[in-house]
This record gives sequence, structure tokens and C-alpha cells, in this order.
Amino acid sequence: MSMLSQATAGVPRAAGRELTFGQAIKEALAEEMRREPRVFIIGEDVAEAGTVFKVLSGLVEEFGRERVIDSPISEAGITGIGVGAAMTGMRPVVDIMFGDFITLAMDQIVNQAAKVHYMSGGKLRVPLVIRTTMGATRRSAAQHSQSLYAWVAHVPGLKVVLPATPADAKGLLKSAIRDDNPVVFFEDKMMYQLKGPVPDGEYTIPLGVADVKRTGTDVTIVATSSMVHVALEAAGRLDGTGISAEVVDPRTLLPLDAETLIASAQKTGRVIVVDEGYQQFGVTAEIASVIAEGAFDSLDAPVARMGAMNVPVPFSPVLEDQTVPTAEAVARAAMRLCGRA
Amino acid sequence: MTTDPVIAMPDQWLQMYGQMLRIRVFEEQVNELYTSGKMPGLAHLYIGEEAVAVGVCQALRRDDYITSTHRGHGHCLAKGAAVDRMFAELLGKEPGYCHGKGGSMHIADPETGNLGANAIVGGSTGIAAGAALSARLRGTEQVAVCFFGDGALGQGLLYEAMNMAALWKLPVIYVCEHNRYGEYTPAAEASAGDPLARPAALGIAADEVDGQDVREVYAASLRHVARARGGGGPGFLMCHTYRFRGHHVGDINRSYYRPNTEEEQWARERDPIRLLGLGLIQQRMADAAALERIEREVRAEIASGLEFALAAPYPDHGEVTQHVYA
Repeated sequence: MSMLSQATAGVPRAAGRELTFGQAIKEALAEEMRREPRVFIIGEDVAEAGTVFKVLSGLVEEFGRERVIDSPISEAGITGIGVGAAMTGMRPVVDIMFGDFITLAMDQIVNQAAKVHYMSGGKLRVPLVIRTTMGATRRSAAQHSQSLYAWVAHVPGLKVVLPATPADAKGLLKSAIRDDNPVVFFEDKMMYQLKGPVPDGEYTIPLGVADVKRTGTDVTIVATSSMVHVALEAAGRLDGTGISAEVVDPRTLLPLDAETLIASAQKTGRVIVVDEGYQQFGVTAEIASVIAEGAFDSLDAPVARMGAMNVPVPFSPVLEDQTVPTAEAVARAAMRLCGRA
Repeated sequence: MTTDPVIAMPDQWLQMYGQMLRIRVFEEQVNELYTSGKMPGLAHLYIGEEAVAVGVCQALRRDDYITSTHRGHGHCLAKGAAVDRMFAELLGKEPGYCHGKGGSMHIADPETGNLGANAIVGGSTGIAAGAALSARLRGTEQVAVCFFGDGALGQGLLYEAMNMAALWKLPVIYVCEHNRYGEYTPAAEASAGDPLARPAALGIAADEVDGQDVREVYAASLRHVARARGGGGPGFLMCHTYRFRGHHVGDINRSYYRPNTEEEQWARERDPIRLLGLGLIQQRMADAAALERIEREVRAEIASGLEFALAAPYPDHGEVTQHVYA
């Protein structure tokens, strides 16, 4: 994943300090916990251990065990506790170690968190953040590698965030914590060491605003999370062939900034959607459909999709590496779309 | 009859008598609305179990929390919900507690601490623990009560939540309304061993009461609430009760899962409202005239609440997209 360490295009231009993706997440949490005493963290090994990814190291020392709560291995239970605490005046951040484990908490996410505000006629609110992870190529096999955000992006009442850079991660997480709705926040565990510029001082990034990570004129590559970096690398390769690629990062799936996606499609006339979730019935299908409906008259070709291969994620590196879109494959697809291959 | 003279205050018992009767008459009216085609959807009646909701909620402060179930009308009323807005919600009307968007199985009323009825069996067991954790973190000394049926004893979330409640001494009380049947299946076919041994194994103070005797329920609830509020940790109260009607209003022919004679015996001998009424008269805390007066008042309140709901408008079509997001 060497392209990750170089991929810094498109983040807010700001004073020169660099943080890793993981440090940006922790900084967002620490700032929000200082700002708002109702914010607390609950999850497995979140306190002294700072999570298995060490993203939260140091928070328990500053905020104490009352606000950084180590829980048993009970994903449904901690999510339910988060919902109940959110309904009664707190702003919990529930940590679900691997995104694959949200399956254990699905009733609490889908039937409880997402619906409480609506079912109560607007009287109850669930200002809850569920932080979890996603992403393959860590050699973790089928139960620790999935990118399951399409499951929750299907459900009205939830917001779904997929940050791709340290600066975005920080600004989006701060917005998620301040949001009065349940937000599921997916962090690619392969990006925790990714470095990038992060603005000094206080800032937030609103949920529902896409970011054009690179401008171009011939083809639009819509990419999410880790695939933003794959898309940027592909765009770099395409430069050499005379194809100018635009890279658009939706940053949040719910709400989805359809306007920006459609505008880019109208400009370039050709679109590839790249995402690390399973391709079938997934994010690529929804975004391709939104663009096809919104930009049909401007399209020169059908919207192309590249998701993860429709197989359980295998262990062996030679097998696993085939399952995720690569820069080379994205560039090839773009050339095909532009009639160059 | 209670052995604790401190809590044997006539006014309270009369209030609880009226509250149980309010639930009974409300539910009879729901049955009528449903069978006459005026009420859409599903209706799970609480008739026969009134002493549980009333005995428990009488021991709570208004700002204490409850979570309820698909059989939740009794809990909502016992915690303080108004009859008229309850009926309006059941009919899908605008002035209902949820603007008609929740219905029978989702009535929530934060003003009386009601965090909502929940149509997922066991679905609120974590929410109740979360409300208790929240109360602890905010330093409010509120407690949370989680009502659930014996059917929820089969749900894993209950044990995850009780485990954390015990570990962290959360002020939450798990109230199991053991009405002997999960839908159409006898509890003995669904639950192995002694259910009370489960909370006990987690170190949770657990006991059981006759859920048809509101005096027993109330006395036990006072103990649990006092301990939880005082920092003594969670409680588990098993209330043995009986649903006099079907799983839902449409569950008419029930003899394949429970004998008619059993139903008749419970209705004849174990009706919680009649039991309290007889007890009050025997102990000279009330006379028949006083009880009749309460009944007249309750029936008038129900009739006027129903009239309000029947006349109330449906929500505007635009309501459908309101409150998806806060």
C-alpha cells in the first residue's frame, strides 16, 4: 500500500503539520471530549489498551475510566447501551473493533438507533456515533476484512461516513459527534498509519458534502475511503496516456452529495465508481444509479463499477490481493471507457 | 396482604386500583376498536397483567425511565401517559404520542420517562442499561426499569446487558412479566432450568412475586428501586402473571396451546383488580361505593379519551418524511 503514504492530494490546504489517520481520529475525539462533557467512549479494549489498533492511546489517561469505558465482548450490548445513553442526554461513541462485528449489533443499529427518532414522532433523539473499521489486504481473512457499510447505508435514519484522509477523518468525526442522529463511521484499518496534512485549530467538515480530490476533464472516478488513494494513483497513471481524470470522494454515503457527483459526471461524460465493499447490491450500484439518473443526457458511456470481488475475503495474500480494485485495474477501466483500450 | 405497614397507605392503594382499572377498561376498548375494524395493525392486550405495570411504576419517580414491550399499553399508562393521546396514537392520528408514526407497539413519552415500547423481543434490554449508565454519568439518581416478557429470556442481548449492569452496578431493574406463554409456546418449552438462577449467577439481586397481587409487586419494586437508586446495583424482579386474552387480539382460538379451563380459572380466581378490591374492602381501606366511584370516573375518562381520538385528524401526508433525521 505504498501509494497510501504518498496520497495527500485534495485535503484542505493548511499550515504544515502532518498527522496519521489514527492520530487525526484521536485528536477529534479528544477535542470533542474536552468541549462536551456528555461525550464518552465505550468499547472493547478502548481504555489502557487504546484499542487493538492503538488509535485511542492516551485518552483514558486524560479523561478517566468513567468516560473511556472498557466493555466486555458484547457488540449488541454496548450498542444498545449507547442507544439508551444517547436517548437520555449523553453523546456516546461506541467502538466496534472490526466492521465485520456490526453484524452482531444489527438489531440495535437498524431497528433501534435508526428508528427511535421517527417512531417517537421526533421526541426522542439518538446522538450516537458507532466507530468501526473496514478494509481488506491485512491478511485477516473472511471475518476481519469486510467493508459492510452498504448494510447500514440501506437504512433511513442512519448517517454513514467514509473518511479517506487524516484531515477529512478529523473534521468528519467531529461533525459526527455533534450530530443529533446515529452515525456509523467506518475507518479503513489499513489507513491508520497514512500521513497527511491536518489544519491547525478548530474545524469541522459537514456531513453530506463530497470533495473533489483531483480535478479532470475526461473521466470521473468516484471513490470511497481507501479507494480514493487507489483512484488518485490511477489518475496519475492516466496522465501519461493523455486522459485527464477527476477523482470525487463522496465522504459520506448518507447523506449522499448527489449534486456534486452528477455535476462531475456531466462535465466528463464518463464515470467509474470504485469502492471496497462487495460489488453486488452495493455502494457502486447505488452511486452508478444516482449518476445514471441524474446525468443520463451527458453520459458518453454506461457508468462502470468496480467493487470488491463477490467472494468471502480469502486469507492467502495471492488470493486476497485479487479481491480489491487496484490502481492498475482502475486505470485500465478508465482507458477502456475513453476508447483507448 | 402486605406485611409492611409503612407502605399500606389507603390513598395509594386506591390510586393503584384506579390505575389498574384504567388499563383494563382502556384495553377492553382497544379490543372493541380492533374487532369493529376501527383500529389498524396489531393489538397485544395487557388484560390480566395490570398489577405488574402499576405496582412497578408506582414505585418510580416521574423522571425515572422505563422501556416497554409490544404489549406496552399498560406500561405507558402506568407511567403517566394520557388516555386520549394513547387512543389517538393507536388510531394513527395526528395528536397521538408519536404523530401516528409509532402506533400500538412504539408509544414513547419522554415527559413521563417512557423511552418507548419496543416491538423487538428483548430489544430494549440494552437501552435500559444505557439509560441507567447515562443517569449515573449525569449524576441524576434516576433509575431505569426494563419491562420484558418470559419470551425475551431466550434473547442473548438480555444477558449481555445484565452482565454489564452487574459489572458496573448500574441503576436498572429488569422486570420479567412471566405470563407463561411466548406467543403460542408454553414457557417451559422455551426456557431451560430456573430463569431466576440466570440473574443470580451474575450477582444481580433477583426475586419473584405474585404478579397478580399489586401489593406484592409494589413492595418488591420499592426495595429494588431503593437499592438501585442508592448505588446498590441492578435488580431482577420476576412477576408471575397471566395474559387473560390472546397473544394479540386476533388470537381467538387458543385451546391448542392452553386449555380453556386454565384461562377461566385465572380470570375467576386471579384477577388482579378484583383481588385488590376485595382486599381493600376486607381491610376497611375502602368500601364498595368508593370503588364504584373510581370505576365511574375511569369509564368516563376512557369514553372521553376515545371520543377525542375518533374525532382527531389524521396526520398531513407530509408527516411521512418528518423526523427521519433530527
